[in-house]
Amino acid sequence: MASAKNLRPQGAEKPVFDINPVLSERVTHYCPGCHHGIAHRLVSEVLHELGAADKAILVTSVGCAAFAYDYFNVDCLEAPHGRACAVATGVRRARPEAVVFTYQGDGDMAAIGTAESLHAANRGEKITAVFINNTVYGMTGGQMAPTTLVGQKTTTTLQGRNFHSEGGPIRLAEIMAQLQGVAYAARCALDSVKHVKAAKKAVRRAFDVQIAGLGFGFVELLSGCPTNWHMDPVAANKRIATDMIPVFPLGVFRDVEGE
Amino acid sequence: MYRLRLVRNHVPGYGHTGVQKRRGGHRMNTGRMPDRILAKGNEALAYGAVDAGLKCYFGYPITPQNEIPEMLSALLPECGGSFVQAESEVGAVNMLIGAGACGVPAMVSSSSCGISLMQEGISYMAGSHIPGVIVNMARGGPGLGDLGPSQGDYFQAVKGGGHGDHRNLVLAPATAQECYDFMFKALTLAFVYRNPVMILGDAVVAQLKEPVRRVPPAGADTPEYLESLVRDQRIEGYGARGKAAAPRLLKSVYLAEGELAGRNRLLQKKYAEMRGEALFECEDVDDADLVVIAFGSIGRIARSAIRRLPGTGRKVGLFRPITLYPFPEEALRKLAPSRRFLVVEQNIGQMVEDVRLAVNGASPVYWHGVMPGLFIGADELVEPILRALG
Repeated sequence: MASAKNLRPQGAEKPVFDINPVLSERVTHYCPGCHHGIAHRLVSEVLHELGAADKAILVTSVGCAAFAYDYFNVDCLEAPHGRACAVATGVRRARPEAVVFTYQGDGDMAAIGTAESLHAANRGEKITAVFINNTVYGMTGGQMAPTTLVGQKTTTTLQGRNFHSEGGPIRLAEIMAQLQGVAYAARCALDSVKHVKAAKKAVRRAFDVQIAGLGFGFVELLSGCPTNWHMDPVAANKRIATDMIPVFPLGVFRDVEGE
Repeated sequence: MYRLRLVRNHVPGYGHTGVQKRRGGHRMNTGRMPDRILAKGNEALAYGAVDAGLKCYFGYPITPQNEIPEMLSALLPECGGSFVQAESEVGAVNMLIGAGACGVPAMVSSSSCGISLMQEGISYMAGSHIPGVIVNMARGGPGLGDLGPSQGDYFQAVKGGGHGDHRNLVLAPATAQECYDFMFKALTLAFVYRNPVMILGDAVVAQLKEPVRRVPPAGADTPEYLESLVRDQRIEGYGARGKAAAPRLLKSVYLAEGELAGRNRLLQKKYAEMRGEALFECEDVDDADLVVIAFGSIGRIARSAIRRLPGTGRKVGLFRPITLYPFPEEALRKLAPSRRFLVVEQNIGQMVEDVRLAVNGASPVYWHGVMPGLFIGADELVEPILRALG
């Protein structure tokens, strides 16, 4: 009978993997198959690699990621719904030496907080915004988000999102890329190993431009929400590739150093 | 900038600020700059803010407070501070949350409808114990209202305004000098209680130009002292507290059953302590038959009206609340038994409710309202005072 103990490396073998210390060991409240866990790990690994955790300040949002402060071992400040980029502006102006980032969902950043997000970006605030796009309001139980796909069924679009009465999904990365103050804007997906590796690079770059003082760093991460998509995690993962990426193309839309 | 150039040209000392870099205590006036300046209430507030050591200002243009952001956009960067013209009042107050959480002296300013937009953020500040100053140079309402003087924001300032159980400390200046002095007081209160503090004025207080002594009030705290008050609570990046320091969190959400109850008991305890901060000004109340109660600009006009009363042999005093929250109810209660009261305010009856609660039926409380947007003279209050004298 194999116990966990028997499976541990014996003798002089070195561990090949450890959870980075910026990510807390607390069990998350996220649903099975949710991609917040991957996104948290990418952000925490980048902070760890940059050696920036001790001067990092996370401004949390409202939505499923409201409790992100439980999972990042950094100083955290709660923002009202949608206002994380404005709160982060105040933090940045008060603490110019800090590494300031927000972590926001699509309702928070692309609906109620559009004004605060776009204007912080346009001012070129030296902050990083991690934007989770899962096309649905998760925390409140599956209502339509500004990023909901046309035809997608939610609890407030029972017949599917109707383009003629509800409009189409907002492509925030492309909008951000139009703003002069944005130093980096990219969209990645978290549905495959290849995409996750690319996402890690993008998150890193979104922090690099802040630390280099180049401007606002933005990265959009296409994520799955099996619970509110009414799918199992495998099917949800597939939906990102089949339904979301055609509407939300992956890529780097702005990088001031690459221009 | 037109107005600013005007200020630079006509206010002695402005423009070459004449303010020394800090040497331990407050930045003090140099010999080049006279102690006395001629300034509007708004301008005095801006001077008071930089002299008190303000580090961050966030705001959005709205009349009648525009001199505050205009002046601070020039003065604050000169003093090493940060000025942001926000995209909206919502943006501004949330920037205040960020700067206040970092433990630096910070403020926003706006007027009535803009303050309505800020109330969500003010509630979050109260719930998260975040210090900050909110200046409200009120205008007439409801709705877009008008730009004239109004005290229609008494409820908005004093009764919380935003959602949930919370209290703001509220200071009501009546003069440009008080605008200058109360910036120091407001920052001290904000940091001592880690609470939002509102300065409530109106178009008269904001726009009236008068001599101001630009010297920090006696006993004013230094910004270094204020920042030391929140050293153990501020957000800064844990490395500032040592390599192995525990991360900090400032928040107002408490979902587990009983958790919020505990937090709100903490707030309740703080608000009970805040009650000791009540301030007021009394004139000739000791042997008065009637005490006129009025705050802010109407307090000044009421004082002039009392001086103009024809000799009737009856004595009239003035009671001017300086803190609207906490309301100076204890002092009023002591005056109550042998005097009648007349509340004069520029609204349809707001402070009178607090006066009636304080007096609690011990003596008659009359009320005279002035409609918003009207610039009244002292003579217009003589008749209502005589009527209340009976």
